Amino acid sequence: MGITTEELRASRKVLAEFDYEPAEIEKGYSGKSLYINLTDLTIKPKDITEQMKEIFIGGKGFGLWYLWNAVKPSTKWSDPENEIVISSGPIGGITQYPGSGKSLVVTLSPLTNSVMDSNVGGYFGPYLKFSGWDALEVQGKADQDVVVFIDGDRGKITIEKMELDPGASHLVSEQLTDMFAESEKDKKNISIVSTGSGADNTLIGLLNFSFYDLRRKAPRLKQAGRGGIGTVFREKNLAALVVRYSSLSGRSNNPADPSTIAKTGVKLAREINKFDDEQFRMRQIGTANLMTPMNDYDLLPVNNFKFGSHEDAVKISSDVLRSKFTQNMPDGCWVGCALSCCKAVDNFELKTGPFKGDKVIVDGPEYETAAGLGSNCGIFDPDHIIEANFYCDTYGIDTISTGTITAFAMECYENGVINKEITGGLELSFGSADAAMELIHQMGQGRGFGKIAGLGVRRMKHFFVDEYGADEAFLEDIGMENKGLEYSQYQAKESLAQQGGYAMTNKGPQHDEAWLIFMDMVNKQLPTFEKKAEALHYFPMFRTWFGLMGLCKLPWNDIIPESNKDADRPELIPEHVQNYVDIFNAVTGKQIDKDEMIRQSERVYNFQRVFNLRLGFGTREHDAAPYRALGPVTEEEYESRAERYDNQLRDDVGINPEGMSTADKVKKMREYRESRYEQLIDVVYKRRGWTTNGIPTIGHLCELGIDFPEVIETVKNKL
Amino acid sequence: MLKIVEKNEKECTLCGACETTCSTFYFKEDDRLKSSIQVLEASENGDPVINVCNQCGNCIDVCPVEAIKRTGKGTVVISKKACVGCFNCVGVCPTDTMYWHEDLTEPFKCISCSRCTKECPTEAIFMEEVATN
Ligand code: SF4
Ligand code: SF4
Repeated sequence: MGITTEELRASRKVLAEFDYEPAEIEKGYSGKSLYINLTDLTIKPKDITEQMKEIFIGGKGFGLWYLWNAVKPSTKWSDPENEIVISSGPIGGITQYPGSGKSLVVTLSPLTNSVMDSNVGGYFGPYLKFSGWDALEVQGKADQDVVVFIDGDRGKITIEKMELDPGASHLVSEQLTDMFAESEKDKKNISIVSTGSGADNTLIGLLNFSFYDLRRKAPRLKQAGRGGIGTVFREKNLAALVVRYSSLSGRSNNPADPSTIAKTGVKLAREINKFDDEQFRMRQIGTANLMTPMNDYDLLPVNNFKFGSHEDAVKISSDVLRSKFTQNMPDGCWVGCALSCCKAVDNFELKTGPFKGDKVIVDGPEYETAAGLGSNCGIFDPDHIIEANFYCDTYGIDTISTGTITAFAMECYENGVINKEITGGLELSFGSADAAMELIHQMGQGRGFGKIAGLGVRRMKHFFVDEYGADEAFLEDIGMENKGLEYSQYQAKESLAQQGGYAMTNKGPQHDEAWLIFMDMVNKQLPTFEKKAEALHYFPMFRTWFGLMGLCKLPWNDIIPESNKDADRPELIPEHVQNYVDIFNAVTGKQIDKDEMIRQSERVYNFQRVFNLRLGFGTREHDAAPYRALGPVTEEEYESRAERYDNQLRDDVGINPEGMSTADKVKKMREYRESRYEQLIDVVYKRRGWTTNGIPTIGHLCELGIDFPEVIETVKNKL
Repeated sequence: MLKIVEKNEKECTLCGACETTCSTFYFKEDDRLKSSIQVLEASENGDPVINVCNQCGNCIDVCPVEAIKRTGKGTVVISKKACVGCFNCVGVCPTDTMYWHEDLTEPFKCISCSRCTKECPTEAIFMEEVATN
């Protein structure tokens, strides 16, 4: 479609260039970061200081530190001074331990107006580092669409313009891979960061990070999905970032102790080979293996999180999705990931939209996508989910937010808050696959009701109240967002710990901070407030660590080692935690233990909390949850699980439900659940070293060693 | 026809001649852990165990960079130049004969060169033709 590779090459015009000698990697760091300003086309190196390595480690830590220094308390996401920072981390790029090639992206989000971070696969972060840069900061705003090319082979960076249509990410990735690769063989050395027209037209734009799939002979796309990072990218008039690095080897990261890394990696690879087929089948189905168990445990969101299961869920079960994925492919989002979870549907013929009739590769659907675009919208058609997944990715919009937005719009539609006139003819009731698909095209292309939906649930609520006189309280209850970010796709009603795991996050309700549903609800390992608070301290810290290192979370607990049978605390997966300590030490030559590991995260986590505070957020009111996330909002919801709720009223609340009206029962249940949530906040804040308003105490910040003057001042002003 | 190293473990005296031959030829040092054929003491039935690749090719499919190929003769070989040292192939090898060593960045394996069989004093190992699929 469109322009040929030759024409594209001929249209290149270099606007700025910079030659450099790629820094040698030493123990996981190049020691340099790259700063680019698109307003005045500056390209310059910066030194990574020892203090940065000590306190912020890498990845998301570097991203937060650079962003902190780049913006003011008044900076908005669309201001040129906002930055997009990409960094992998010291472990990022090792090939021996599964899950070691992630990039972390940090920016100010258009959805939350605060700090966003996203963890993404693809080869960009590792190649960036091996090209000499531990991090990349992009600031400013270009006056026309530009492509930034980092050639790690030649030591050359260019900012260029070219005749590239940035509207469809799968084509951008293909075209740029073809053009920048010097031969067919060179394609695997290229990674592209791009998005699509949806990022221009909505606030939920994402970034696709590519890697070249040698067997499929096409670039694959992995998503930095959450929080509108792609929207910021397009606001800067970035069309794409490209990196090229062709000397990847098992020693590119130049670790202090390669033998320990190899030993630990081989151990895990063997474990995966031995147990994956009988455990989670990540290699066969990826994260979509969760579809069936989530439905079985009443945790799969259905109809805007009203329910947790549905009789039609068998149509989109784990095994149905498995049958769509090509099997026996090394689908790792970074080389060497034996868990190989990034499945793809091949030769999928599109039925709608601008690429109707094309046969394409669809990356995923992952669990979140299948649940968000499927069950949560009451749609149980696997082909719809795959098609919607493809278009979200290529338009560059987040499937999780898209799912939650569509589900919210559907509930509003069914309740008469909006109607056909307002939606421009879309019949947005639950289960309407055609309308849901059309809404994706509208969001992607900036048309019709898609322009409103693309603003996200928080702004939709305000819009419906202001423009159509909707019942504000009802919309606050059913609009599944917190801090402005849409909820990811788990039903949290029956797990108090998970309710906190969602709404007490730094960036908004994404399960990557704490996923405690099973531990809390199914395995009953967190019976008391204290236990829940401990879990809501430990797990967010532990999981933050992956984002400092350039690691994926999945090989931690989506494969269970044999030793776990006899472990004291099996939920921690102690053997794998020790693996991480060992590989960190083996890469950096440092000597940390598992307590220091949590300390490393605590510094960055608390810094991010203070960053939120500095931008006007980060206090208790911002950790409130919509009631839909805590309990049954409507009588319909209550009645659907009446026995469960009646029992809870009797056993937990101490009220006899007999003879009570459903409305009364809903009310009593609500009082109980909301007060429990407030109690939870109290104990969690205390455990985290925060005031009852959720602000880290000065003592705690000093103890952590992040008592920089500006940090202390920010906190002092708010205490 | 593909030739592989076949074994008659009963005959093995654990003399280590095969290991020395292999590691000395390919790595210029006598270190049994750098040999692509490795013999271990006593299995359950009391015979030594001889671990050597049967050229099944399971590793080919998991290599992310297509560094492992089957040659025209049917032998499974690694291109050291293409290999990125991830050891995924080590993880899936059903016979544990895709070897790795802490000094080395890439794994190594038997390529059916037959040198070891010529040095074995008891014919516990020998070359045999097998059908390829
Ligand atoms: S487990 Fe999946 S997401 Fe994680 S690194 Fe491996 S392939 Fe990527
Ligand atoms: S170690 Fe080398 S040959 Fe083996 S799977 Fe990895 S890249 Fe391929």
